[in-house]
Amino acid sequence: MAENGALLRVENLVKSFDGLRAVNNCTLEVRKGCLTGLIGPNGAGKTTLFNLITGFLKPTSGRIHFNGERIDGLPPHLTFRKGIVRTFQVPRELKSMTVLENLMLVPSDQAGERIWNPWLFGFRVSRQERQIYDKALQILEFVDLQHLRDEYASSLSSGQKKLLELARTLMCDPQLILLDEPGAGVNPALMKRLVERLELLCHELGITFFVIEHDMDLITRLCNPVIVMSNGEVIAEGSPEEIKGDERVLEAYLGGQYLAGT
Amino acid sequence: MRLERWITPAAFAAVTLAVIIMPAERSGWAFRDSVIPFLASFATTVAIFAVISLGLNVQWGYTGVFNFGIAAFFMVGAYTAAIFTKPPPAQPEFVSYVGGFGDKLDFLPFLSSDQWLPFLIGTAAAAVMCGVLAFLLSIPTLRLREDYLAIVTIGIAELLRNVSIEERGLVNSARGLTGIPRPFHDFFDPGDYRFVYFGIALGVLALVYLAVERGIRSPWGRVLRALREDELTTAASGKNVFAFKTQGFVFGAMIMGIGGSVFAYERGSVSPDTFTHFFATFIFWAMLIMGGSGNNKGAVLGAYIVWGLWIISLQLLGYDLPQFLRSRIFFIRDFILGALIIAVLLLRPQGLLPEERRVSIWLERQLKRRRRLWPWPRRREPTEAAPVD
Repeated sequence: MAENGALLRVENLVKSFDGLRAVNNCTLEVRKGCLTGLIGPNGAGKTTLFNLITGFLKPTSGRIHFNGERIDGLPPHLTFRKGIVRTFQVPRELKSMTVLENLMLVPSDQAGERIWNPWLFGFRVSRQERQIYDKALQILEFVDLQHLRDEYASSLSSGQKKLLELARTLMCDPQLILLDEPGAGVNPALMKRLVERLELLCHELGITFFVIEHDMDLITRLCNPVIVMSNGEVIAEGSPEEIKGDERVLEAYLGGQYLAGT
Repeated sequence: MRLERWITPAAFAAVTLAVIIMPAERSGWAFRDSVIPFLASFATTVAIFAVISLGLNVQWGYTGVFNFGIAAFFMVGAYTAAIFTKPPPAQPEFVSYVGGFGDKLDFLPFLSSDQWLPFLIGTAAAAVMCGVLAFLLSIPTLRLREDYLAIVTIGIAELLRNVSIEERGLVNSARGLTGIPRPFHDFFDPGDYRFVYFGIALGVLALVYLAVERGIRSPWGRVLRALREDELTTAASGKNVFAFKTQGFVFGAMIMGIGGSVFAYERGSVSPDTFTHFFATFIFWAMLIMGGSGNNKGAVLGAYIVWGLWIISLQLLGYDLPQFLRSRIFFIRDFILGALIIAVLLLRPQGLLPEERRVSIWLERQLKRRRRLWPWPRRREPTEAAPVD
């Protein structure tokens, strides 16, 4: 795969729910190593698109390619194995497990996940558990939650839960991270650090990001290019500056009367 | 807060005292002749029911799978063990059942194994049968929503019980199977045998407890607990939700089967009227909820307390009660048990022994080792203010 080639390609993707076309003939590309933004008014189909890419929903028609491979219709745990991880818009932490356990759950192919290994090969499980533990601590440090590692995930604030979601995606060396509104509920100072972290991850580690966000400041600072969706369709794509000046985007956000008034 | 700490020891002490004092008082403080044997039988039943309660804890307490058909697994375990240890029916015109492998399983004569090998095989077969039943059930039901699964399991338990009542050729219909041999029975004085069997039941409980603990405190158990918390997040963490759910369900069912087999050996007979919903399903839920779901010690403690209450109500019958109370004592018992469950759910939903915070053994060891080498800095204040929405 060439540098800056398309890591994820969505072609003519359609998802209808009983006549409502939540995603309607959507075609877009996410280039490798970029922070691609996805914006659009409420109900534009952004989260549905994420659900389709990660396999939580099966598309009605259309194709999704990841690294040149077709992944549409794969169940979530298999898209995960291909290297796509996501966060949820409303954090879905594992409530009565500790923050550390929330993270240690994630790595794939843990020896101890086979039912017989903990009994038969305790040493191997233990060694792996040690590595996962170290990694979880590093990542907790990265998102600045290390002091909460033994707290129940349910006792975190909603901003901290967002960070925990991000931390969860980092536990598994992903290629593509889909972030569903990472900024909602995170205070500005923390957000600033989060942005730096995301850029670091993207530029240093080459992880590709695809980010749904409503906060235009954040989008402007973080993402290039930006894709705009409205009513299930992609209506514009370009740099944040181009998007801001695009009439179709303004129309989608503010309705027809805005243009009629000018 | 202060009071809460004492609830668990107080409940334990109250049941223990009642279970010791009531029979002692009734028998004129004849500890040696009647109280101790009584306690041995009581403890044996507790151990057996604790095994089944542990099985339910794997299914509900850890995996979050609703099983309202424990009776089905309990029954299949007990009947399978009976079929594997009994000789074939001697008079097929009066008694008929399939199998009767007991006399064929003694295939290691040089070890004089007839006192243990058939029982071991019977227990293994019970576990396997329950596992297969659970696996077959899981294919259509585990993809269902929890409430549907609960209804399906209720239906299966009732169905199997009715099959066992109606099918004479399968398990001798409503009269059930009697004369199930008991392990090592011939070596001991019949009066002492209950102590021996208590030892066996306790051994089985210990093994099952260790097996469950080891499983739950491993990464495997972590995935199960994650499933209980949130299936979508678990799927988003790359786990095959259906596969792990099936594993948890089957593992729990196998444990229930082991419990059922030990029950069959202890009673020496099984019949369909034991495996009603009230007795064979509800009581285990009562045990788990009271003891604390998500905690194996809680499952065992719950078995002790609920079965203690059950026995106490039977003991009450020996006293000179007024007639109106005497005829209603079983209903009062059911009522009190139900009321206790509601009280636990309202006042202490986590049960007498709540789930521990950190569950992985490997992690626990890890933390201990690190603390020795490099004490962590003291807890910092959270850097984040209240979330801004």
